[in-house]
Amino acid sequence: MAKEIDTDYWDKDVVRPEEPKEYNTLNVGPTHPATHGVFQNVMLMDGEFIVSTEQTIGYIHRAFEKIAEHRPFYQITPLTDRMNYCSSPLNNMGWHMTVEKLLGIEIPKRVDYLRIIIMELARIADHIICNSVIGVDSGALTGFTYIFQDREFIYEIYEEICGARLTTNMGRIGGFERNFSDKAWEKIHHFLKSFPAKLKEFENLLMRNRIFMDRTINVGPFSADRALAYGFTGPNLRACGVDYDVRVMNPYSSYEEFDFIIPIGQNGDTYDRFMVRQEEMKQSMSIIQQAIDKLDKMTDKDTYYASDPRFVLPPKEKVYNNMEALIWHFKIVMGETDIPVGEVYHCIEAANGELGFYLVSDGGRTPARLHFRRPCFIYYQAYPEMVKGNMLSDAILTMSSMNVIAGELDA
Amino acid sequence: MFQINQERNQLVVTKLIEHFGYAIVRNEVISDMLCISVDKEVISDVLLFLRDENELKFNFLTTLCGMHYPDIQELGVVYHLHSFENNHRIRIKTTTDLDNPTIPTATSVWPTANWMERETYDFYGIIFEGHPNLVRILNMDEMTDFPMRKDFPLEDQTREDKDDSMFGR
Repeated sequence: MAKEIDTDYWDKDVVRPEEPKEYNTLNVGPTHPATHGVFQNVMLMDGEFIVSTEQTIGYIHRAFEKIAEHRPFYQITPLTDRMNYCSSPLNNMGWHMTVEKLLGIEIPKRVDYLRIIIMELARIADHIICNSVIGVDSGALTGFTYIFQDREFIYEIYEEICGARLTTNMGRIGGFERNFSDKAWEKIHHFLKSFPAKLKEFENLLMRNRIFMDRTINVGPFSADRALAYGFTGPNLRACGVDYDVRVMNPYSSYEEFDFIIPIGQNGDTYDRFMVRQEEMKQSMSIIQQAIDKLDKMTDKDTYYASDPRFVLPPKEKVYNNMEALIWHFKIVMGETDIPVGEVYHCIEAANGELGFYLVSDGGRTPARLHFRRPCFIYYQAYPEMVKGNMLSDAILTMSSMNVIAGELDA
Repeated sequence: MFQINQERNQLVVTKLIEHFGYAIVRNEVISDMLCISVDKEVISDVLLFLRDENELKFNFLTTLCGMHYPDIQELGVVYHLHSFENNHRIRIKTTTDLDNPTIPTATSVWPTANWMERETYDFYGIIFEGHPNLVRILNMDEMTDFPMRKDFPLEDQTREDKDDSMFGR
Protein backbone atom coordinates (compact mmCIF):
# COMPACT_ATOMS: atom_id res chain seq x y z
CA MET A 1 0.00 0.00 0.00
CA ALA A 2 1.27 3.46 -0.88
CA LYS A 3 2.56 5.53 1.97
CA GLU A 4 1.35 9.08 2.37
CA ILE A 5 4.27 10.78 0.70
CA ASP A 6 4.65 14.05 -1.06
CA THR A 7 5.31 12.88 -4.60
CA ASP A 8 6.86 16.19 -5.60
CA TYR A 9 9.53 15.48 -3.07
CA TRP A 10 10.61 12.43 -5.04
CA ASP A 11 10.66 14.21 -8.30
CA LYS A 12 14.13 14.18 -9.75
CA ASP A 13 13.83 17.85 -10.68
CA VAL A 14 13.48 18.88 -7.07
CA VAL A 15 16.93 19.40 -5.62
CA ARG A 16 17.25 19.45 -1.84
CA PRO A 17 20.87 20.23 -1.11
CA GLU A 18 20.54 19.84 2.64
CA GLU A 19 19.48 16.23 2.22
CA PRO A 20 21.62 14.63 -0.47
CA LYS A 21 19.84 11.60 -1.89
CA GLU A 22 21.31 8.78 -3.82
CA TYR A 23 19.00 7.03 -6.26
CA ASN A 24 19.44 3.57 -7.64
CA THR A 25 18.54 2.46 -11.12
CA LEU A 26 16.69 -0.81 -11.30
CA ASN A 27 16.11 -2.65 -14.51
CA VAL A 28 12.88 -4.67 -14.38
CA GLY A 29 12.57 -6.87 -17.42
CA PRO A 30 12.52 -7.40 -20.40
CA THR A 31 11.95 -10.93 -19.16
CA HIS A 32 10.99 -10.97 -15.55
CA PRO A 33 8.81 -13.57 -13.86
CA ALA A 34 6.71 -10.89 -12.19
CA THR A 35 5.70 -8.97 -15.28
CA HIS A 36 3.86 -11.72 -17.23
CA GLY A 37 5.14 -10.77 -20.63
CA VAL A 38 7.98 -8.96 -22.28
CA PHE A 39 8.05 -5.57 -20.56
CA GLN A 40 11.08 -3.57 -19.65
CA ASN A 41 10.99 -0.80 -17.09
CA VAL A 42 14.04 1.17 -16.08
CA MET A 43 13.13 2.46 -12.68
CA LEU A 44 14.83 5.15 -10.67
CA MET A 45 14.48 4.02 -7.09
CA ASP A 46 14.77 5.75 -3.77
CA GLY A 47 15.10 2.69 -1.58
CA GLU A 48 11.86 0.79 -2.11
CA PHE A 49 10.04 3.73 -3.67
CA ILE A 50 9.82 4.56 -7.34
CA VAL A 51 10.97 8.02 -8.32
CA SER A 52 10.41 7.65 -12.03
CA THR A 53 10.17 4.89 -14.56
CA GLU A 54 10.78 4.63 -18.24
CA GLN A 55 9.24 1.89 -20.35
CA THR A 56 10.85 0.23 -23.31
CA ILE A 57 8.44 -1.64 -25.54
CA GLY A 58 8.60 -3.39 -28.86
CA TYR A 59 10.48 -6.54 -27.92
CA ILE A 60 7.91 -8.72 -29.66
CA HIS A 61 6.93 -6.36 -32.44
CA ARG A 62 5.85 -8.43 -35.43
CA ALA A 63 4.85 -5.74 -37.92
CA PHE A 64 1.19 -6.80 -38.15
CA GLU A 65 0.10 -3.58 -39.81
CA LYS A 66 2.72 -3.99 -42.52
CA ILE A 67 1.96 -7.67 -43.06
CA ALA A 68 -1.76 -6.88 -43.22
CA GLU A 69 -1.17 -4.62 -46.21
CA HIS A 70 0.10 -7.64 -48.12
CA ARG A 71 -2.44 -10.28 -47.16
CA PRO A 72 -5.98 -10.92 -48.33
CA PHE A 73 -8.69 -10.39 -45.75
CA TYR A 74 -8.96 -14.00 -44.61
CA GLN A 75 -5.27 -14.21 -43.89
CA ILE A 76 -5.43 -11.21 -41.58
CA THR A 77 -7.63 -13.03 -39.07
CA PRO A 78 -4.71 -15.09 -37.70
CA LEU A 79 -2.78 -11.85 -37.20
CA THR A 80 -5.53 -10.49 -34.99
CA ASP A 81 -5.40 -13.68 -32.90
CA ARG A 82 -1.91 -12.90 -31.89
CA MET A 83 -2.59 -9.45 -30.54
CA ASN A 84 -4.53 -10.05 -27.36
CA TYR A 85 -3.91 -13.77 -27.14
CA CYS A 86 -5.86 -14.08 -23.90
CA SER A 87 -9.11 -13.41 -25.77
CA SER A 88 -8.41 -14.10 -29.44
CA PRO A 89 -12.05 -14.73 -30.48
CA LEU A 90 -12.90 -11.15 -29.55
CA ASN A 91 -10.24 -9.87 -31.92
CA ASN A 92 -11.39 -12.23 -34.66
CA MET A 93 -15.01 -11.15 -34.35
CA GLY A 94 -14.01 -7.49 -34.29
CA TRP A 95 -12.04 -7.93 -37.47
CA HIS A 96 -14.81 -9.82 -39.26
CA MET A 97 -17.32 -7.16 -38.28
CA THR A 98 -15.04 -4.47 -39.66
CA VAL A 99 -14.87 -6.17 -43.03
CA GLU A 100 -18.62 -6.77 -42.99
CA LYS A 101 -19.15 -3.10 -42.35
CA LEU A 102 -17.01 -2.22 -45.35
CA LEU A 103 -18.82 -4.74 -47.54
CA GLY A 104 -22.23 -3.87 -46.14
CA ILE A 105 -23.16 -7.49 -45.41
CA GLU A 106 -26.38 -7.98 -43.49
CA ILE A 107 -25.73 -10.43 -40.66
CA PRO A 108 -28.52 -12.78 -39.54
CA LYS A 109 -29.67 -12.41 -35.94
CA ARG A 110 -28.68 -15.96 -35.11
CA VAL A 111 -25.07 -15.26 -36.08
CA ASP A 112 -25.10 -12.15 -33.91
CA TYR A 113 -26.21 -14.17 -30.90
CA LEU A 114 -23.71 -16.95 -31.53
CA ARG A 115 -21.01 -14.31 -31.75
CA ILE A 116 -22.15 -12.74 -28.51
CA ILE A 117 -21.88 -16.08 -26.74
CA ILE A 118 -18.32 -16.50 -27.98
CA MET A 119 -17.33 -12.91 -27.29
CA GLU A 120 -18.61 -13.02 -23.74
CA LEU A 121 -16.91 -16.35 -23.10
CA ALA A 122 -13.68 -14.78 -24.35
CA ARG A 123 -14.20 -11.82 -22.07
CA ILE A 124 -14.65 -14.15 -19.11
CA ALA A 125 -11.51 -16.07 -20.04
CA ASP A 126 -9.52 -12.85 -20.25
CA HIS A 127 -10.83 -11.53 -16.94
CA ILE A 128 -10.11 -14.87 -15.28
CA ILE A 129 -6.47 -14.58 -16.29
CA CYS A 130 -6.16 -10.96 -15.24
CA ASN A 131 -7.91 -11.26 -11.90
CA SER A 132 -6.25 -14.48 -10.86
CA VAL A 133 -2.87 -13.02 -11.77
CA ILE A 134 -3.56 -10.01 -9.55
CA GLY A 135 -4.00 -12.60 -6.81
CA VAL A 136 -0.73 -14.30 -7.73
CA ASP A 137 1.18 -11.04 -7.69
CA SER A 138 -0.15 -10.20 -4.26
CA GLY A 139 0.96 -13.60 -3.00
CA ALA A 140 -2.28 -15.61 -3.25
CA LEU A 141 -1.62 -18.46 -5.63
CA THR A 142 -4.60 -20.56 -4.60
CA GLY A 143 -7.30 -18.64 -6.45
CA PHE A 144 -5.27 -18.84 -9.63
CA THR A 145 -4.98 -22.61 -9.46
CA TYR A 146 -8.71 -22.98 -8.73
CA ILE A 147 -10.19 -20.77 -11.38
CA PHE A 148 -7.86 -21.73 -14.19
CA GLN A 149 -9.87 -24.90 -14.58
CA ASP A 150 -12.80 -22.79 -15.80
CA ARG A 151 -10.61 -21.07 -18.31
CA GLU A 152 -9.80 -24.56 -19.51
CA PHE A 153 -13.55 -25.26 -19.93
CA ILE A 154 -13.85 -22.14 -22.08
CA TYR A 155 -10.91 -23.26 -24.20
CA GLU A 156 -12.62 -26.61 -24.67
CA ILE A 157 -15.66 -24.76 -25.97
CA TYR A 158 -13.46 -22.91 -28.47
CA GLU A 159 -12.01 -26.23 -29.47
CA GLU A 160 -15.45 -27.64 -30.23
CA ILE A 161 -16.33 -24.61 -32.32
CA CYS A 162 -13.18 -23.93 -34.31
CA GLY A 163 -10.66 -26.62 -33.41
CA ALA A 164 -8.09 -24.35 -31.81
CA ARG A 165 -7.58 -23.21 -28.26
CA LEU A 166 -5.37 -20.18 -27.89
CA THR A 167 -4.96 -18.53 -31.28
CA THR A 168 -8.38 -19.45 -32.51
CA ASN A 169 -8.80 -17.99 -36.01
CA MET A 170 -12.48 -18.38 -35.29
CA GLY A 171 -15.34 -17.51 -37.59
CA ARG A 172 -15.43 -16.21 -41.10
CA ILE A 173 -16.46 -12.98 -42.76
CA GLY A 174 -20.22 -13.25 -42.51
CA GLY A 175 -20.50 -15.76 -39.72
CA PHE A 176 -18.94 -19.03 -38.64
CA GLU A 177 -17.22 -21.81 -40.52
CA ARG A 178 -19.69 -24.39 -39.17
CA ASN A 179 -22.67 -24.57 -36.89
CA PHE A 180 -22.15 -25.15 -33.17
CA SER A 181 -22.16 -28.88 -32.55
CA ASP A 182 -24.27 -30.60 -29.88
CA LYS A 183 -21.09 -31.23 -27.96
CA ALA A 184 -20.31 -27.51 -28.00
CA TRP A 185 -23.75 -26.65 -26.66
CA GLU A 186 -23.37 -29.29 -23.99
CA LYS A 187 -20.08 -27.73 -22.91
CA ILE A 188 -21.52 -24.22 -22.92
CA HIS A 189 -24.39 -25.34 -20.71
CA HIS A 190 -22.00 -27.16 -18.41
CA PHE A 191 -19.88 -24.04 -18.11
CA LEU A 192 -22.90 -21.86 -17.39
CA LYS A 193 -23.96 -24.23 -14.65
CA SER A 194 -20.62 -24.75 -12.98
CA PHE A 195 -18.93 -21.37 -13.30
CA PRO A 196 -20.98 -19.13 -10.94
CA ALA A 197 -20.16 -21.29 -7.92
CA LYS A 198 -16.47 -21.33 -8.83
CA LEU A 199 -16.45 -17.60 -9.34
CA LYS A 200 -18.05 -17.14 -5.94
CA GLU A 201 -15.42 -19.37 -4.39
CA PHE A 202 -12.65 -17.37 -6.05
CA GLU A 203 -14.24 -14.14 -4.89
CA ASN A 204 -14.45 -15.40 -1.33
CA LEU A 205 -10.73 -16.06 -1.36
CA LEU A 206 -9.81 -12.51 -2.32
CA MET A 207 -12.60 -9.96 -2.17
CA ARG A 208 -12.78 -9.42 1.60
CA ASN A 209 -9.35 -10.84 2.31
CA ARG A 210 -7.53 -8.47 4.65
CA ILE A 211 -4.12 -9.02 3.08
CA PHE A 212 -5.44 -8.67 -0.44
CA MET A 213 -7.31 -5.48 0.42
CA ASP A 214 -4.27 -3.97 2.10
CA ARG A 215 -2.18 -4.79 -0.91
CA THR A 216 -4.61 -3.42 -3.50
CA ILE A 217 -6.71 -0.58 -2.10
CA ASN A 218 -5.16 2.78 -3.00
CA VAL A 219 -2.47 1.13 -5.05
CA GLY A 220 -1.97 2.76 -8.42
CA PRO A 221 -5.00 5.05 -8.24
CA PHE A 222 -5.93 7.15 -11.24
CA SER A 223 -8.43 9.94 -11.59
CA ALA A 224 -11.18 9.92 -14.20
CA ASP A 225 -10.04 13.02 -16.08
CA ARG A 226 -6.44 11.83 -16.29
CA ALA A 227 -7.71 8.47 -17.47
CA LEU A 228 -9.72 10.12 -20.25
CA ALA A 229 -6.78 12.30 -21.23
CA TYR A 230 -4.64 9.18 -21.45
CA GLY A 231 -7.19 7.37 -23.59
CA PHE A 232 -8.10 4.67 -21.08
CA THR A 233 -10.94 2.39 -22.11
CA GLY A 234 -12.48 -0.79 -20.82
CA PRO A 235 -12.37 -1.96 -17.21
CA ASN A 236 -9.49 0.41 -16.40
CA LEU A 237 -11.56 3.46 -17.35
CA ARG A 238 -14.65 2.10 -15.66
CA ALA A 239 -12.70 1.54 -12.45
CA CYS A 240 -12.01 5.29 -12.49
CA GLY A 241 -15.75 5.94 -12.54
CA VAL A 242 -16.52 6.60 -16.20
CA ASP A 243 -19.29 4.37 -17.55
CA TYR A 244 -18.00 4.11 -21.10
CA ASP A 245 -18.67 0.81 -22.75
CA VAL A 246 -18.71 0.37 -26.52
CA ARG A 247 -21.37 -2.31 -26.20
CA VAL A 248 -23.78 0.33 -24.91
CA MET A 249 -22.45 3.48 -26.52
CA ASN A 250 -22.19 2.12 -30.08
CA PRO A 251 -23.90 -1.27 -30.01
CA TYR A 252 -22.71 -3.86 -32.50
CA SER A 253 -23.78 -7.43 -33.06
CA SER A 254 -27.26 -6.74 -31.55
CA TYR A 255 -25.94 -5.85 -28.10
CA GLU A 256 -28.73 -3.27 -27.85
CA GLU A 257 -31.22 -6.09 -27.28
CA PHE A 258 -29.45 -7.30 -24.18
CA ASP A 259 -30.01 -6.25 -20.64
CA PHE A 260 -26.88 -5.80 -18.57
CA ILE A 261 -25.25 -3.24 -16.32
CA ILE A 262 -21.87 -1.57 -16.61
CA PRO A 263 -20.05 -1.86 -13.30
CA ILE A 264 -17.95 1.15 -12.35
CA GLY A 265 -15.45 1.83 -9.59
CA GLN A 266 -14.61 4.98 -7.66
CA ASN A 267 -10.90 5.45 -7.10
CA GLY A 268 -9.46 3.72 -10.12
CA ASP A 269 -7.09 1.73 -7.93
CA THR A 270 -6.06 -1.89 -8.25
CA TYR A 271 -8.90 -3.11 -6.06
CA ASP A 272 -11.49 -1.26 -8.14
CA ARG A 273 -10.09 -2.70 -11.33
CA PHE A 274 -10.27 -6.15 -9.79
CA MET A 275 -13.86 -5.62 -8.67
CA VAL A 276 -15.01 -4.19 -11.99
CA ARG A 277 -13.69 -7.26 -13.80
CA GLN A 278 -15.25 -9.53 -11.23
CA GLU A 279 -18.67 -7.94 -11.79
CA GLU A 280 -18.22 -7.93 -15.55
CA MET A 281 -17.78 -11.68 -15.50
CA LYS A 282 -21.17 -12.02 -13.82
CA GLN A 283 -22.74 -9.68 -16.35
CA SER A 284 -21.17 -11.70 -19.15
CA MET A 285 -22.73 -14.85 -17.73
CA SER A 286 -26.11 -13.16 -17.80
CA ILE A 287 -25.57 -11.99 -21.38
CA ILE A 288 -24.69 -15.53 -22.48
CA GLN A 289 -27.82 -16.84 -20.78
CA GLN A 290 -29.94 -14.20 -22.52
CA ALA A 291 -28.38 -15.06 -25.87
CA ILE A 292 -29.12 -18.75 -25.35
CA ASP A 293 -32.72 -17.93 -24.43
CA LYS A 294 -33.08 -15.85 -27.58
CA LEU A 295 -31.60 -18.66 -29.66
CA ASP A 296 -33.96 -21.20 -28.10
CA LYS A 297 -36.93 -19.07 -29.11
CA MET A 298 -35.78 -18.99 -32.71
CA THR A 299 -37.25 -21.58 -35.04
CA ASP A 300 -34.23 -21.37 -37.30
CA LYS A 301 -31.44 -23.57 -35.98
CA ASP A 302 -29.27 -23.86 -39.07
CA THR A 303 -28.21 -20.37 -40.05
CA TYR A 304 -24.63 -19.75 -39.07
CA TYR A 305 -23.42 -17.44 -41.84
CA ALA A 306 -24.69 -14.58 -43.92
CA SER A 307 -25.67 -15.55 -47.42
CA ASP A 308 -22.88 -13.84 -49.28
CA PRO A 309 -21.31 -16.14 -51.85
CA ARG A 310 -18.27 -13.90 -52.19
CA PHE A 311 -16.98 -14.85 -48.76
CA VAL A 312 -18.67 -18.01 -47.60
CA LEU A 313 -17.10 -21.26 -48.74
CA PRO A 314 -19.51 -23.42 -50.77
CA PRO A 315 -20.39 -26.83 -49.27
CA LYS A 316 -17.83 -29.58 -49.93
CA GLU A 317 -20.13 -31.80 -52.05
CA LYS A 318 -20.67 -28.93 -54.44
CA VAL A 319 -16.95 -28.16 -54.60
CA TYR A 320 -16.25 -31.72 -55.78
CA ASN A 321 -19.13 -31.91 -58.25
CA ASN A 322 -19.67 -28.42 -59.59
CA MET A 323 -17.14 -26.34 -61.44
CA GLU A 324 -18.46 -22.92 -60.36
CA ALA A 325 -18.36 -23.98 -56.74
CA LEU A 326 -14.79 -25.18 -57.18
CA ILE A 327 -13.79 -21.87 -58.73
CA TRP A 328 -15.40 -19.94 -55.88
CA HIS A 329 -13.80 -22.16 -53.31
CA PHE A 330 -10.42 -21.48 -54.86
CA LYS A 331 -11.02 -17.77 -55.13
CA ILE A 332 -12.10 -17.48 -51.52
CA VAL A 333 -9.25 -19.57 -50.17
CA MET A 334 -6.67 -17.68 -52.21
CA GLY A 335 -8.26 -14.36 -51.33
CA GLU A 336 -8.97 -13.37 -54.92
CA THR A 337 -12.19 -11.54 -54.24
CA ASP A 338 -11.79 -7.80 -54.52
CA ILE A 339 -13.05 -5.54 -51.78
CA PRO A 340 -14.90 -2.30 -52.63
CA VAL A 341 -13.14 1.03 -52.20
CA GLY A 342 -13.84 2.65 -48.86
CA GLU A 343 -12.70 3.33 -45.36
CA VAL A 344 -14.32 2.33 -42.11
CA TYR A 345 -13.58 2.47 -38.43
CA HIS A 346 -15.15 -0.19 -36.33
CA CYS A 347 -14.62 -0.84 -32.66
CA ILE A 348 -15.68 -3.47 -30.21
CA GLU A 349 -15.44 -3.71 -26.46
CA ALA A 350 -12.55 -6.13 -26.11
CA ALA A 351 -11.62 -7.51 -22.72
CA ASN A 352 -9.25 -4.66 -21.93
CA GLY A 353 -10.80 -1.76 -23.77
CA GLU A 354 -11.94 -0.40 -27.07
CA LEU A 355 -10.35 -2.47 -29.80
CA GLY A 356 -10.62 -0.53 -33.04
CA PHE A 357 -9.87 -1.35 -36.64
CA TYR A 358 -9.34 1.45 -39.11
CA LEU A 359 -9.51 -0.15 -42.51
CA VAL A 360 -8.81 1.67 -45.75
CA SER A 361 -9.39 -0.21 -48.97
CA ASP A 362 -8.39 0.96 -52.42
CA GLY A 363 -10.26 -1.81 -54.15
CA GLY A 364 -7.59 -4.48 -54.26
CA ARG A 365 -7.41 -7.88 -52.64
CA THR A 366 -5.51 -6.52 -49.65
CA PRO A 367 -6.17 -3.48 -47.46
CA ALA A 368 -4.39 -0.28 -48.44
CA ARG A 369 -4.01 0.47 -44.75
CA LEU A 370 -5.09 -1.30 -41.63
CA HIS A 371 -4.56 0.33 -38.28
CA PHE A 372 -5.32 -1.44 -35.05
CA ARG A 373 -6.36 0.67 -32.10
CA ARG A 374 -4.81 -1.46 -29.42
CA PRO A 375 -6.15 -0.52 -25.99
CA CYS A 376 -3.03 -1.69 -24.08
CA PHE A 377 -0.68 0.34 -26.19
CA ILE A 378 -2.65 3.45 -25.44
CA TYR A 379 -3.13 3.09 -21.71
CA TYR A 380 0.23 1.57 -20.84
CA GLN A 381 1.86 4.98 -21.36
CA ALA A 382 0.17 6.20 -18.17
CA TYR A 383 2.02 3.57 -16.14
CA PRO A 384 4.87 5.88 -14.91
CA GLU A 385 2.31 8.35 -13.66
CA MET A 386 0.38 5.62 -11.87
CA VAL A 387 3.31 4.07 -10.03
CA LYS A 388 5.23 7.21 -9.15
CA GLY A 389 5.85 7.31 -5.40
CA ASN A 390 4.60 3.76 -4.94
CA MET A 391 6.68 0.84 -3.82
CA LEU A 392 8.16 -1.58 -6.32
CA SER A 393 5.96 -4.46 -5.22
CA ASP A 394 2.90 -2.26 -5.74
CA ALA A 395 4.10 -1.30 -9.20
CA ILE A 396 4.11 -4.98 -10.14
CA LEU A 397 0.52 -5.30 -8.89
CA THR A 398 -0.51 -2.17 -10.75
CA MET A 399 0.83 -3.54 -13.97
CA SER A 400 -0.95 -6.87 -13.66
CA SER A 401 -4.20 -5.12 -12.75
CA MET A 402 -3.97 -2.94 -15.87
CA ASN A 403 -4.14 -6.11 -17.98
CA VAL A 404 -1.36 -5.14 -20.35
CA ILE A 405 -0.85 -7.92 -22.88
CA ALA A 406 2.56 -7.85 -24.51
CA GLY A 407 1.27 -9.18 -27.83
CA GLU A 408 -1.24 -6.40 -28.15
CA LEU A 409 1.15 -3.76 -26.88
CA ASP A 410 3.75 -4.49 -29.53
CA ALA A 411 1.49 -5.64 -32.35
CA MET B 1 -22.73 0.77 -38.00
CA PHE B 2 -22.46 3.87 -35.87
CA GLN B 3 -25.53 6.08 -35.85
CA ILE B 4 -25.15 8.82 -38.43
CA ASN B 5 -26.22 12.07 -36.84
CA GLN B 6 -26.73 14.55 -39.67
CA GLU B 7 -27.44 17.48 -37.39
CA ARG B 8 -24.33 17.05 -35.31
CA ASN B 9 -22.19 16.49 -38.38
CA GLN B 10 -23.53 19.70 -39.86
CA LEU B 11 -22.89 21.53 -36.60
CA VAL B 12 -19.25 20.41 -36.52
CA VAL B 13 -18.68 21.46 -40.11
CA THR B 14 -20.36 24.84 -39.66
CA LYS B 15 -18.44 25.61 -36.48
CA LEU B 16 -15.12 24.62 -38.00
CA ILE B 17 -15.62 26.62 -41.18
CA GLU B 18 -16.76 29.59 -39.11
CA HIS B 19 -13.52 29.52 -37.14
CA PHE B 20 -10.94 28.28 -39.57
CA GLY B 21 -12.36 29.20 -42.95
CA TYR B 22 -10.28 27.95 -45.85
CA ALA B 23 -8.12 25.76 -43.61
CA ILE B 24 -10.97 23.24 -43.65
CA VAL B 25 -10.17 21.72 -46.99
CA ARG B 26 -12.96 19.24 -47.38
CA ASN B 27 -15.68 17.43 -45.50
CA GLU B 28 -17.69 14.36 -46.41
CA VAL B 29 -19.43 11.44 -44.77
CA ILE B 30 -17.59 8.24 -45.55
CA SER B 31 -19.47 5.08 -44.59
CA ASP B 32 -20.80 6.08 -41.17
CA MET B 33 -18.40 8.77 -40.06
CA LEU B 34 -17.88 12.43 -40.83
CA CYS B 35 -14.44 12.91 -42.30
CA ILE B 36 -12.83 16.35 -42.34
CA SER B 37 -9.58 17.24 -44.08
CA VAL B 38 -7.71 20.06 -42.42
CA ASP B 39 -4.68 22.08 -43.41
CA LYS B 40 -1.72 20.95 -41.30
CA GLU B 41 -0.86 24.48 -40.15
CA VAL B 42 -3.96 24.69 -38.00
CA ILE B 43 -4.30 21.07 -36.94
CA SER B 44 -3.49 21.54 -33.26
CA ASP B 45 -5.79 24.57 -33.07
CA VAL B 46 -8.56 22.56 -34.69
CA LEU B 47 -8.09 19.70 -32.24
CA LEU B 48 -8.02 22.07 -29.29
CA PHE B 49 -11.12 23.85 -30.60
CA LEU B 50 -12.97 20.56 -31.04
CA ARG B 51 -12.04 19.51 -27.52
CA ASP B 52 -13.01 22.73 -25.78
CA GLU B 53 -15.94 24.07 -27.81
CA ASN B 54 -19.01 23.85 -25.59
CA GLU B 55 -21.36 22.33 -28.11
CA LEU B 56 -18.90 19.85 -29.59
CA LYS B 57 -16.80 18.50 -26.69
CA PHE B 58 -14.68 15.92 -28.44
CA ASN B 59 -13.03 14.96 -25.19
CA PHE B 60 -11.47 11.68 -26.28
CA LEU B 61 -8.77 10.93 -28.83
CA THR B 62 -9.66 7.41 -29.89
CA THR B 63 -6.71 6.82 -32.12
CA LEU B 64 -4.18 8.47 -34.36
CA CYS B 65 -2.41 6.82 -37.24
CA GLY B 66 -0.17 7.60 -40.16
CA MET B 67 -0.90 7.15 -43.85
CA HIS B 68 1.25 7.09 -46.96
CA TYR B 69 -0.15 8.19 -50.31
CA PRO B 70 2.58 7.26 -52.80
CA ASP B 71 0.66 8.59 -55.83
CA ILE B 72 0.63 12.17 -54.61
CA GLN B 73 3.94 11.94 -52.71
CA GLU B 74 2.33 12.78 -49.41
CA LEU B 75 2.17 11.45 -45.89
CA GLY B 76 -0.88 11.90 -43.75
CA VAL B 77 -2.15 11.61 -40.21
CA VAL B 78 -5.67 10.46 -39.36
CA TYR B 79 -7.23 11.32 -36.01
CA HIS B 80 -10.34 9.65 -34.69
CA LEU B 81 -12.15 11.76 -32.13
CA HIS B 82 -15.03 10.81 -29.91
CA SER B 83 -17.35 13.00 -27.92
CA PHE B 84 -18.65 10.96 -24.99
CA GLU B 85 -21.28 13.52 -24.14
CA ASN B 86 -22.90 13.55 -27.57
CA ASN B 87 -21.75 10.06 -28.53
CA HIS B 88 -20.41 11.42 -31.77
CA ARG B 89 -17.37 10.20 -33.66
CA ILE B 90 -15.51 12.07 -36.35
CA ARG B 91 -12.34 11.58 -38.34
CA ILE B 92 -9.86 14.38 -38.98
CA LYS B 93 -7.25 14.07 -41.70
CA THR B 94 -4.24 16.11 -42.50
CA THR B 95 -1.40 15.68 -44.95
CA THR B 96 2.18 16.79 -45.34
CA ASP B 97 4.59 16.39 -48.20
CA LEU B 98 7.11 13.61 -48.31
CA ASP B 99 10.24 15.76 -48.48
CA ASN B 100 9.61 17.73 -45.34
CA PRO B 101 7.14 15.72 -43.29
CA THR B 102 6.28 17.90 -40.32
CA ILE B 103 2.97 18.19 -38.50
CA PRO B 104 2.28 20.04 -35.24
CA THR B 105 1.89 17.73 -32.26
CA ALA B 106 -1.35 16.92 -30.45
CA THR B 107 0.36 16.00 -27.18
CA SER B 108 -0.55 19.32 -25.62
CA VAL B 109 -4.22 18.59 -26.30
CA TRP B 110 -4.23 14.94 -25.21
CA PRO B 111 -1.27 13.34 -23.42
CA THR B 112 -2.31 10.04 -24.96
CA ALA B 113 -1.13 11.31 -28.34
CA ASN B 114 2.43 10.90 -27.07
CA TRP B 115 2.96 7.24 -27.89
CA MET B 116 0.64 7.30 -30.87
CA GLU B 117 2.76 10.03 -32.44
CA ARG B 118 5.94 8.20 -31.56
CA GLU B 119 4.57 5.14 -33.30
CA THR B 120 3.62 7.21 -36.34
CA TYR B 121 7.09 8.74 -36.42
CA ASP B 122 8.62 5.32 -36.05
CA PHE B 123 6.77 3.85 -39.00
CA TYR B 124 6.23 6.79 -41.32
CA GLY B 125 8.91 9.29 -40.37
CA ILE B 126 6.43 12.07 -39.76
CA ILE B 127 8.04 14.64 -37.48
CA PHE B 128 5.63 15.99 -34.90
CA GLU B 129 6.78 19.49 -34.03
CA GLY B 130 6.73 20.18 -30.31
CA HIS B 131 6.59 16.54 -29.27
CA PRO B 132 8.39 16.08 -25.91
CA ASN B 133 10.18 12.85 -26.76
CA LEU B 134 10.01 11.95 -30.43
CA VAL B 135 12.07 8.76 -30.62
CA ARG B 136 11.39 5.34 -32.06
CA ILE B 137 9.09 3.19 -29.97
CA LEU B 138 8.56 -0.27 -31.46
CA ASN B 139 11.52 -0.59 -33.82
CA MET B 140 15.13 -0.58 -32.76
CA ASP B 141 16.83 2.77 -32.37
CA GLU B 142 19.50 2.02 -34.99
CA MET B 143 16.96 1.67 -37.77
CA THR B 144 17.13 4.28 -40.51
CA ASP B 145 14.11 3.34 -42.63
CA PHE B 146 10.48 4.06 -42.02
CA PRO B 147 8.99 0.63 -42.58
CA MET B 148 5.29 1.40 -43.10
CA ARG B 149 5.96 3.51 -46.15
CA LYS B 150 4.79 1.79 -49.30
CA ASP B 151 8.25 1.73 -50.84
CA PHE B 152 9.66 -0.34 -47.98
CA PRO B 153 9.55 -4.02 -49.02
CA LEU B 154 7.76 -6.49 -46.79
CA GLU B 155 10.36 -9.20 -47.18
CA ASP B 156 14.06 -9.20 -47.83
CA GLN B 157 14.30 -8.33 -51.53
CA THR B 158 17.75 -9.85 -51.92
CA ARG B 159 16.37 -13.35 -51.60
CA GLU B 160 16.13 -15.34 -54.80
CA ASP B 161 14.74 -18.61 -53.50
CA LYS B 162 11.19 -17.36 -53.17
CA ASP B 163 8.83 -16.38 -55.93
CA ASP B 164 5.66 -14.90 -54.54
CA SER B 165 4.59 -13.06 -57.68
CA MET B 166 1.76 -15.55 -58.15
CA PHE B 167 0.33 -14.49 -54.82
CA GLY B 168 0.39 -10.77 -55.44
CA ARG B 169 3.02 -10.08 -52.82
